[in-house]
Amino acid sequence: MTLTLEQVDHIANLARLKLTDEERERFRQQLSAILEYAARLQALDTAGISPTASVLSQSAPGRPDIPRPGLSLAELFANAPDTEAEQFRIPPVFE
Amino acid sequence: MTDLTVLDLIQIQEGLRKGEFSSGELTRALLDRIDSLEPALHAYLSVQPEFTLKQAKAADERLRLWRKTPEAPLPPLTGIPIAIKDVLCVAGWQCTCGSRILENFTPPYNATAVERLLQAGALILGKTNTDEFAMGSSTENSAYGVTHNPWNLAHVPGGSSGGSAAAVAARLAPAALGTDTGGSVRQPAAYCGVTGIKPTYGRVSRYGLVAYGSSLDTIGALGRSARDVATIYALMAGHDPLDTTSARRPIGAIALPEEPDLRGVRIGAPQEYFISGMQPAVEQAVREAIRTLETLGASVQPVSLPHTEFALPVYYLIAPAEASANLARYDGIRYGPRISGETMWDIFYNTRGEKFGAEVKRRIMLGTYALSAGYYDAYYGQAQKARTLIKGDFEKAFEQVDVIATPVAPTTAFRIGEHTEDPLAMYLEDIFTLPANLAGIPALAFPVGFDQNGLPIGMQLMGKHFDEATLFMTAHAYQLVTDWHIRQPNL
Repeated sequence: MTLTLEQVDHIANLARLKLTDEERERFRQQLSAILEYAARLQALDTAGISPTASVLSQSAPGRPDIPRPGLSLAELFANAPDTEAEQFRIPPVFE
Repeated sequence: MTDLTVLDLIQIQEGLRKGEFSSGELTRALLDRIDSLEPALHAYLSVQPEFTLKQAKAADERLRLWRKTPEAPLPPLTGIPIAIKDVLCVAGWQCTCGSRILENFTPPYNATAVERLLQAGALILGKTNTDEFAMGSSTENSAYGVTHNPWNLAHVPGGSSGGSAAAVAARLAPAALGTDTGGSVRQPAAYCGVTGIKPTYGRVSRYGLVAYGSSLDTIGALGRSARDVATIYALMAGHDPLDTTSARRPIGAIALPEEPDLRGVRIGAPQEYFISGMQPAVEQAVREAIRTLETLGASVQPVSLPHTEFALPVYYLIAPAEASANLARYDGIRYGPRISGETMWDIFYNTRGEKFGAEVKRRIMLGTYALSAGYYDAYYGQAQKARTLIKGDFEKAFEQVDVIATPVAPTTAFRIGEHTEDPLAMYLEDIFTLPANLAGIPALAFPVGFDQNGLPIGMQLMGKHFDEATLFMTAHAYQLVTDWHIRQPNL
C-alpha cells in the first residue's frame, strides 16, 4: 500500500488541512506504512459478522423536552476570535 | 510536621477531619512541591495558586464548622486538591488539550466528572499535560513540551495522561483525573508506578470531555492505590442526562476487605498477551504478581483471546475515523485562534494546517482516508466487523473467568525521542490496552515491580462490563500484601 502525493493532497483537502511540501512527503510515507500494517485486517474472515459501532447494549434513550437554562451569549462568544453584534464574523461568503 | 504530600487519599481525609492539618497547609505543601519540581518534570499545563488556596480556605471553614457537629454529613473529598487532565473542561480554567488550536480557550462550564468531584468537596489543583487531543503514548505530542518520568527524567511518563501519572508519582497531586481511549490512563500509570482505572464505556459521563474517539473515550482516575482510585471512580460514576451514552445501571458497592482473601476469584491469563519480543522483566513481574494473587486464594487458568493481534489495526482505523469527524469542529470560527485568509475556506485550511500538530494531522488524515469513498468498506467497515470479533473473544473468556490479568505494556517507559520518528513503533506500545477500549470493558493498571533500570512495571486486570468492583477488590488485596505502590522516586 503506497499512497501517491495526489492521494495525500486529496485527503488533506477533504480534511481541510493545509500541508507544507515537507509534510506532504512525510505523511505520504508514514500513512503508507500504517495502511500497509492495517492491511492485515483484510486477511480476517468477517463474512456474516455484523459491525460494532457502539459497545452499549442500550439504545440512545430520549429525554423529556423541557427547557432549562443554558449559557449566556456573552459566555458563548467569549472564546470567539472575531465577533460583531453577537454573531461570529467571517469574510464574505458570497461575492 | 510530616510531609503532607506523601499522604494517600484516605490519610488525607482522616487528617483533615481530625484537624491534624488544614486543607490550606496541604494545598500549600503541594503547590510548593510543584514550584520546586515542575521545571524538571513539566507535569502541569496550568496552576492557579491563589484560586486553589482560596478554595482551600473555604474548605477549612467548612471543616471547622463540621467538627462542631461531626454527625452532620461532610462531602467525602472536602478540602482535597485533585489534578485534572487538560482535556476535561473546568469552568474558568484554560483547556488546551495540549494543542495550539485551543491555546486561548477557556470553557464556561464544568465536565460532569469534574462537577461531581467539586460537589464532593474537591479542589482543583491544576490541569495536567497530555498528548495533543489525547493522541499519543508519551506526552511527546503535547504542543507545550514533554512531561518527564519521575523515575528517570530521560524517559517518557507514557501517555496520553502522562501529566496526571507523573503528578501522582512525583507527589505533586494526591490523585488525578485522566482519560483512556486506547490505554491513556493505564499505560502512563504503569510507566509511572501508580494505580489507574479505565471504567466501562458509558459508566462515567463524557459531558465536558473534549471528544477524540467517541465510541472509545472513557474518563478514569489515577492515584496511589486501588482504594484511592476506587474512591474517586465511585464519585464520578453514574448516569448523566447530559451524555446520551451514559449508562443507566446503578453503581454497585465496591467492597475492599481489610483481609486479602481472593478465594472464589477466577483469573484468566491469556497467552496472546505474553508475546515474544516483550521485555523479560515485564513478563517475569506480571507472572510473579499472578502467582501472588493465586497465593491469596484466586484460581488461575489459561484463556484465549484469539483476535488480539487485530486490535492494533482495528483501533488505528476506528479511533482516527472518529477523530477526523470530532476534530472537524476546530475551524477558527467559533473558538480558538484564527489564522486569517481571504475566504472562509482559507481560514479553515490555514488555521487547521498551522495549529494542529503532526500526530493529530496524521490521525485526521488516516481517519479521513478510512472513511472516504471507495475505501470505507475495506478499512472502516472491516475494522468495525473485526471489533465485533474482539468483543466476542472477551465474552467467551468471561464465561470461564472473572478477571483477565496481563501486562499493561510490553516494555517499561521508553526514552524521550525513542519513537518520535516512527509512529507505528509508538502505536505498538498500546497493544495490550487497546482491546479493553474496543470491547468497552473496565480495566485497572497497578504497579507490580521494577525492571533492572529502576523503571516501574504495571499489571492490567480487565473485567466484565460494569464489574469495576472485582478489579478494585483484587488489586486492593494485592496491595495489602505488597509495597510496590508505596515506593517513591528520588526527586
